[in-house]
Amino acid sequence: MRRLLFQGLVRSPLSEPIADDAELVALGASLDRAAQRRLGRSLSIREVDAGSCNGCELEINALSNPFYDMERFGLRLVASPRHADVLLVTGPVTRNMREALERTYDAMPAPKWVVAAGDCAMNGGCFKGSYAVLDGVAAVMPVDLRIPGCPPRPVDLLRGLLALMVRSPGT
Amino acid sequence: MTLQLATWRELPGTGRLVEGHRPWPRVIVDAEVWQAATEDVAAGRWSLAGLWGDVDAAHMALLHGSEIAVLSIACPDRHFPSVGLRHPPAVRLERCIADLFGLIADGAADTRPWLDHGRWGVSHPLGAGGRSERPVSYSFLAAEGEGIHQIPVGPVHAGIIEPGHFRFHANGEAVVRLEARLGYAHKGVERLMQGETVADAAQLAGRVSGDSCVAYAIAFARAVEVALGVEAPPRAAWLRGVMAEMERLANHLGDIGAICNDAAFALMLAHMGALRERVLRTADACFGHRLMRDRVVPGGVAVDLDASKIAMLTALLKEIMERLPALVTLYDETASLQDRTVGTGRLAPALALQFGAGGFVGRASGRDFDTRHDLPYPPYDTLSFEVPVLEEGDVNARVWIRIREVQQSVSLMEQMLSCLPDGPLRVTLPLRAGEGLAMVEGFRGDVLAWVRLDAEGRLLRCHLRDPSWFQWPLLEAAIEGNIVADFPLCNKSFNCSYSGCDL
Ligand code: SF4
Repeated sequence: MRRLLFQGLVRSPLSEPIADDAELVALGASLDRAAQRRLGRSLSIREVDAGSCNGCELEINALSNPFYDMERFGLRLVASPRHADVLLVTGPVTRNMREALERTYDAMPAPKWVVAAGDCAMNGGCFKGSYAVLDGVAAVMPVDLRIPGCPPRPVDLLRGLLALMVRSPGT
Repeated sequence: MTLQLATWRELPGTGRLVEGHRPWPRVIVDAEVWQAATEDVAAGRWSLAGLWGDVDAAHMALLHGSEIAVLSIACPDRHFPSVGLRHPPAVRLERCIADLFGLIADGAADTRPWLDHGRWGVSHPLGAGGRSERPVSYSFLAAEGEGIHQIPVGPVHAGIIEPGHFRFHANGEAVVRLEARLGYAHKGVERLMQGETVADAAQLAGRVSGDSCVAYAIAFARAVEVALGVEAPPRAAWLRGVMAEMERLANHLGDIGAICNDAAFALMLAHMGALRERVLRTADACFGHRLMRDRVVPGGVAVDLDASKIAMLTALLKEIMERLPALVTLYDETASLQDRTVGTGRLAPALALQFGAGGFVGRASGRDFDTRHDLPYPPYDTLSFEVPVLEEGDVNARVWIRIREVQQSVSLMEQMLSCLPDGPLRVTLPLRAGEGLAMVEGFRGDVLAWVRLDAEGRLLRCHLRDPSWFQWPLLEAAIEGNIVADFPLCNKSFNCSYSGCDL
């Protein structure tokens, strides 16, 4: 174990810079000023799988690996909705998960934001129209940010979440 | 008095053989034969590989050595004799059939709904349909005794995992009974598939369980191909093999780290997570998608490898084999970690056998079964590999099976990459009616796919059976007597699929 820990000290870190590009600024522009001021530079995120295929969760979990290391940006996944600023939802919102999703949202203190991650969460994806799903998060609660992809790449998730903290031009 | 089925060979003669069902026979039998087969399954002579509904029939797939037979029973009055009554692994499958089709398993002891939580607004969505009157309430099985209390967990969990509810009955720290309630991720996949073209249904099949999209895509594609009497070209079969082993590598590496993390050893998670990320990035660079989704299509594959990509894959394998030994040593020599994994969550071999548990769950408890080996399909029929098996059945054994399988996957990929056959990537699918069944080894175990196609190439019915159907109930058995705090560790070491079973 000592050898592995030592290598960690001498090898260069795996974490990579995430480009601060125009797309990111554009995403941030959709959020109002007050919201950004309140959030400061850190976000607590409560994730809810509202009936995804688990693909989106795999990539959200990847955000914690050494390559993306989301916590260095002030992004933290929290266990309780009562500690969360952001509800990160995946899946088409199955009818069987609707109540649990709503109760999680209700348990979060205001102000709060909702991010729909993945094609399913945006509009039901390929499960759209099924008797068992509600065709996306917007059917149940207001959505502040949408991150497309099936699943979205970790980089896209990170860009989207960072956009929640970036000041839009002129603020 | 029940009928005695003397041998497996007699099965096809016990009813009306269905024409156009490939590659194994499907027989329409009467209640007497159905019950006799149930007895044989319960006695352990054959294992139950699947049990699913149809508009007016129930089907069961039986496994015997390297052969499968499907028995079907017509249900004109919407009833069939319960299999679960004699063979517990069938219980939840029957509850699922009742929810989706309205077919009742006569004599079943547990008639509670499974997938239907009373929220769809319709009843029996794949059967006759109609407005649902089902209540939302649900009663869990009880455990009684002094000092026993209940702990409800989920469907929303503290970590980033799939939704499901776990009801613990605990006596102090010790778990007396665990009962899972699933169905939260039910999306109605099998109904969405009905009437779809093969190409559209293939996309749905690849989205049943996100960590197994290659395995599901191969299972579905093979079922369609066999129903139509075609075979994917050799190069396609080999590329499928490469993708399947990449998927296995990514999942095994990530999960070994995650299991250690649940035993509070985060260093392994960081190192294994980095290796997993390397696999996914190489998959992205070589196949154009990190999870290799939609790259396996009925008839073949949608992507090719050139020399530079083969070199990237070879470099990845080299890196894994360079880094893995130190991490395996770290796992093996960290006493505090071993203290958590050895002897925890022990699954008895007899139960693994009874439930026909596939994958590392079965193989860590002595069930020597791997579809790639026992029902071989290309490219595995011409490759050499070992199927690791252990008897201990604890968390540690499940970790070790996965370590050994990583090594086998690397060797399989080296064999495939060193001599990929030349030739086309796809065959055109003919338009004709037929039925096909396929079983394919995903990282969790055997995925079963069964399709019925009409003459226009549309799906009349498709059933997909996740390996976790026969593993979830075993988690409940393995946790008994363990402390509640070890549940995350045990759960992760099984890593059953929620979405795969909920569909
Ligand atoms: S968007 Fe894709 S990866 Fe995410 S839940 Fe839906 S099907 Fe799965």
